[in-house]
Amino acid sequence: MAAFIIRRLLQSIIVMLVVAFVAFSLFRYVGDPINNMVGQETTLEQREELRERLGLNDSFPVQFARFVGNAVQLEFGISYRQARPVEDLFAERLPATLELAIVSAIFALVFGLALGVYTALRNKSWSAQTIMGLSLVGVSLPTFLIGILLIWVFAVELGWLPSFGRGATVDIGGWTTGLLTASGLQSLILPAITLGLFQLTLIMRLVRAEMLEVLRTDYIKFARARGLSDRAIHFGHALKNTLVPVITITGLQLGAIIAFAIITETVFSWPGVGQLFIQAIQFVDIPVMAAYLVMISLFFVVINLIVDILYYVVDPRLRAERPGAVR
Amino acid sequence: MASEPQHLEPERANAAMIEADLATADEVRALSRWRRAWDSDVAYSFRRSPVALISSLVALVFILGAAFAPLIAPQNPFDPGSLNLMDGFTAPLEPNAFTGNTFLMGTDDQGRDILSTILYGSRVSLMVGFAGVIFAMVLGTVLGLTAGYLGGWVDAVIMRIADIQLSFPSILIALLIFGVGKALLPREMQDELAIYVLVLAIGLSGWVQFARTVRGTTLVEKNKEYVQAARLIGLHPMLIMLRHVLPNTLGPVLVIATISLALAVITEATLSFLGVGVPPTQPSLGTLIRIGQDFLFSGEWWITLFPSLALVTLALSVNLLGDWLRDALNPKLR
Amino acid sequence: MAQPLLQVRDLRIEIPTRNKVLTAIDGVSFDVADGEILGMVGESGAGKSLTGAAIIGLLDPPLRIAGGEIILEGQRIDNLSYARMRRIRGKKIGAIFQDPLTSLNPLFTVGRQLVETIMTHIDITPTKARARAVELLREVGIPAAERRIDSYPHQFSGGMRQRVVIALALCANPRLIIADEPTTALDVSIQAQILALLKRLTREHGTSVILVTHDMGVIAETANRVAVMYAGRIAEIGPVREVVRHPSHPYTRGLMGAIPTMGHDIEQLNQIDGSMPRLDGIPPGCAFNPRCPHAFERCFKDQPVLLDAGPTRAACWLYDTARLEAANG
Repeated sequence: MAAFIIRRLLQSIIVMLVVAFVAFSLFRYVGDPINNMVGQETTLEQREELRERLGLNDSFPVQFARFVGNAVQLEFGISYRQARPVEDLFAERLPATLELAIVSAIFALVFGLALGVYTALRNKSWSAQTIMGLSLVGVSLPTFLIGILLIWVFAVELGWLPSFGRGATVDIGGWTTGLLTASGLQSLILPAITLGLFQLTLIMRLVRAEMLEVLRTDYIKFARARGLSDRAIHFGHALKNTLVPVITITGLQLGAIIAFAIITETVFSWPGVGQLFIQAIQFVDIPVMAAYLVMISLFFVVINLIVDILYYVVDPRLRAERPGAVR
Repeated sequence: MASEPQHLEPERANAAMIEADLATADEVRALSRWRRAWDSDVAYSFRRSPVALISSLVALVFILGAAFAPLIAPQNPFDPGSLNLMDGFTAPLEPNAFTGNTFLMGTDDQGRDILSTILYGSRVSLMVGFAGVIFAMVLGTVLGLTAGYLGGWVDAVIMRIADIQLSFPSILIALLIFGVGKALLPREMQDELAIYVLVLAIGLSGWVQFARTVRGTTLVEKNKEYVQAARLIGLHPMLIMLRHVLPNTLGPVLVIATISLALAVITEATLSFLGVGVPPTQPSLGTLIRIGQDFLFSGEWWITLFPSLALVTLALSVNLLGDWLRDALNPKLR
Repeated sequence: MAQPLLQVRDLRIEIPTRNKVLTAIDGVSFDVADGEILGMVGESGAGKSLTGAAIIGLLDPPLRIAGGEIILEGQRIDNLSYARMRRIRGKKIGAIFQDPLTSLNPLFTVGRQLVETIMTHIDITPTKARARAVELLREVGIPAAERRIDSYPHQFSGGMRQRVVIALALCANPRLIIADEPTTALDVSIQAQILALLKRLTREHGTSVILVTHDMGVIAETANRVAVMYAGRIAEIGPVREVVRHPSHPYTRGLMGAIPTMGHDIEQLNQIDGSMPRLDGIPPGCAFNPRCPHAFERCFKDQPVLLDAGPTRAACWLYDTARLEAANG
């Protein structure tokens, strides 16, 4: 088990280094950092001096090492647009994104699982077909459209829920949370549904497909031949076998949620890192773009690692170092 | 125990059956290829499936509408000269209070007819979508062939990149590429070249599926004897494989292309909605929806709703078509 | 004579396809007595597995029973509801399948799967169920059963896995077991062990077995009687020795003639020309008539029924006594 973890950790570090490399190239070689940092009155000599001081004339490996060193300490330079340290911007906005992401992930997981199992067990029924049909529509509905639709129905027409912002937030330590206020919770509902709906559809279709596959296997046939009850077969055997591959994909989806938050945050003017990223692209704010890239990759890598470990725990076949045979 | 009966009859029966078999074989050959295609499994399930028929019809309507937009749209909404500001904010099917004009889907704040904007917008959306998919298809096929044929570290590297890219959502990749591309271009040219960068971004985010499928088939064909034979003759095996690999992948590639088209249209719409897609001078459906969102609260719901419906209908019909195609071509489900 | 444990009468199984309805099993009738091992042998697609599936009530739609009766211990079971049939499955009729690896759920221990099955049919405490599970494992010949009971299926070898499968089928002491190719996926040496085990268990528990296989050697080794299936019908049925040594049906003759035997030197294996027809190409009358060297007029018109042919019964018009008498009379 330990060997497994160490191996995966090493792989993760390599991936992160590659990402850092890409981010660094973006940072350093796209456009001229100096031009973006100073006004037009700065003379050429001053620019050269700045360039020298910032170490921009050093060799590539040196600059790269410096970048990585800084990155590990969570320093990513100064935002071109806001003239503030990038890491401060991130720290302010990360709680908003994370809260949104986690709430919508839970929403998607719970309902996706339930609906997936339901449509698999009642496969040919009318309700299952309808749900599957709706899910296809769900896949064709871009996230931003869902958001707009929800805003129109619940905010404009019915006036029940707010359509932008986080509502009132409470500061705990370095973390701002919207979960402790009524307006905070209300503001969370529509964005969470918007963000989670796509994931829900995905999880539901995945669970359904997996469960249908499992229900066709020999061991399920044998279980039926032994006279086991439907409940034992469906929720004892089939479900457990279904969950194993579902865990992987769902875990990976978490990273996607953080990425899709970009869209949701834009639609609902939610003050998270996604919105920050879009603004960075619009204004070609390279340091922010680079930092976002590194952060997202870190999330993906960590999530991948956790999912691999979970897989290992759940499936006994992977644990056998040497399959013991009894003759 | 039993006496053996005379059995001239069985022999005659056998001969008759053999003759009958031969006759049917001739008949089958005589049927034209078209007839056989029509009778084939795929065409049969197409004819039988209302979903396939309706969705391809809808998709066709969109494509034709978009292609002939300049001819059939009531006005060109992006020619400032043809607009009348007084037409602005007209509700659908209601005559305008000032000018008395009626518009099927209403007008926006500038007096643009929504129906026309949708037609022109679909044009941009579909153009970008198709271009993106074709780019992804070509890139993916080339990379897949290369990886499959050369094997070794080339294969390993390409597949590694593919795996890593697959674990990121394509929107993110498209966003990043677009961001980098935009940053690389001088400010003046950004608007003009935005569309090309967009196509590049969509294409680069979508090549992986194509590459994997083509690589799979390549690996299978690579070991077949005719490739060795071609090498002996001196023909470049790559050309031979192109001729044999491509037809074998046609089915899956078609499915992937169709579903990719839906995804490409959605990706482009999302990017445009976010403000980082097509430039404002050539709005796509996504841009229209973004513009319309501002007017939701003031009650002009049609400015955003109709483009939204158009986008959903387009994406849905293409998705349904792709889904049906995948099921129809899946040997396991027959 | 005591009532047979199982009676199958005129069983018909159909598959509706896109264009028409195909008949997979057409008028199959046989009995299984207490404690006997009935072999069902035939080529792939002859319908042996389908018959077994129909008896235990596990026909997958669109397959359906279209006619005939299946009677277990004097009661009809082919028309029972799903819920009532489920109570019979495992308790009165058990089944084991070909591949022991895929028959067991890889994520649960062997003990868990055993205890669950035991407690489904017998109302006892989990501790007692576990004790019975260990006992069952011992009975099928798993060494160190108390330890192995907590192992996972992938930790057993193929032969051991099949023993576990047999133990699972025996949990509630069923009267009849349908064994569908139980040894086909195993090594030859293990095959012999498993067959010996089956024979011993049948003797000790009085269980009957329907042994479905395409391997005549397995039948000769293990079964009391055998039914030879062809194109969804029974061609011949009778005691194993007689069917093997004195086959009556032309198809069975061809089959036996094609098996090489140790004592004789022959130049060439006898082959029967042609092949078994597909479901959509079964000729009218006797399904074997295109390949039969003895086919005559009636064979092409009427589907034969099982007729007495000495020690066995064969579905062949050659044994039609009325005609025989007419010919000799």
